[in-house]
Amino acid sequence: MLLTTAFAAAFGLSACDKATDLPKFKGTDLTGSNYGRGFKLLDPAGQTRTLDDFKGKVVMLFFGFTQCPDVCPTALVRAAAVKQQLGAKGDQLQVIFITVDPERDTPEVLKAYTAAFDPTFLGLYSDLLTTAATAKEFKAFYAKVPTGSSYTMDHSSFTYVFDKQGHLRIALRHQQPDADFLSDARALIEQN
Amino acid sequence: MNLKSALVLASLIAGAAHAQVTVTDPWIRATVPQQKATGFFVQLRSATDSKLVAASSPITPVVEVHEMAMQDNVMKMRQIPAVELPAGKTVELKPGGYHVMLMDLKEQVKAGDTVPVTLVFEGKDGKRQSMEVKAPVRPLGTNGDKPAADAHKH
Repeated sequence: MLLTTAFAAAFGLSACDKATDLPKFKGTDLTGSNYGRGFKLLDPAGQTRTLDDFKGKVVMLFFGFTQCPDVCPTALVRAAAVKQQLGAKGDQLQVIFITVDPERDTPEVLKAYTAAFDPTFLGLYSDLLTTAATAKEFKAFYAKVPTGSSYTMDHSSFTYVFDKQGHLRIALRHQQPDADFLSDARALIEQN
Repeated sequence: MNLKSALVLASLIAGAAHAQVTVTDPWIRATVPQQKATGFFVQLRSATDSKLVAASSPITPVVEVHEMAMQDNVMKMRQIPAVELPAGKTVELKPGGYHVMLMDLKEQVKAGDTVPVTLVFEGKDGKRQSMEVKAPVRPLGTNGDKPAADAHKH
């Protein structure tokens, strides 16, 4: 009996401390990439925020604009659902919405907009030049396009996810199922 | 009856039919104060071949029919002149595809309100027909599902 137990102990796999235990992401693995290194933008209170401010949390970030009737609300609803489904671990997730349309998305609009989805979500903005530089850092595309008497914004629809050390790790496509977003958020939250 | 007569007869019958459009599950996404635009979504089924060519609403003079297209992961929204409604087919204006944009809003659109939207359809004969729809406003943070218990998805 003792021998069998010893055998089991010797050959038992301990899942905890495998050095090579890399998580499998549903989104594109961007680990080690040299872009999306950070941002320096303003929050609705006018305070400067950088990626470093959120170290210790998993950051889920995307670009959009509030006049977007479709992709942006959908992405934010999905992020709110992810946070909820994480339960207590949802506190380790920070969702950030960067506007590509600071001309119309004033701080007041941004603040009210993100709060409509979840009170912890943060809308960030800057001037036109910094907005362009930030999108470029993420290789994200956007463009102002006239429509009728106004304009709309074309924009990349990726969700970028950073680990708790502030490194860009994953890009999820908008069309991926909701479960993928939850899975990847959880994977990075549960990583040390 | 020869083919030519049959065709003439068929076109006469088609021309006489008004574009009979069934409108299901209209809704508008709520806005936050100072937000200038939002979307109207609905399911349309026309008895005969027709198209949605225009829309209007008392809450703003700027109303456009749009299509959202995803190209290489870039979201693009464009005004389109019409949405085709093939006879008997349910065409959905929903997140991810077509929608009616209500732009240049002067006031907040609040969840729980009802907003009238007039849809203009054009039949194959070129005749236009308007239909007023009362669209309930759903919360900004909605995924588009009907809030009632009988939401059945196709």
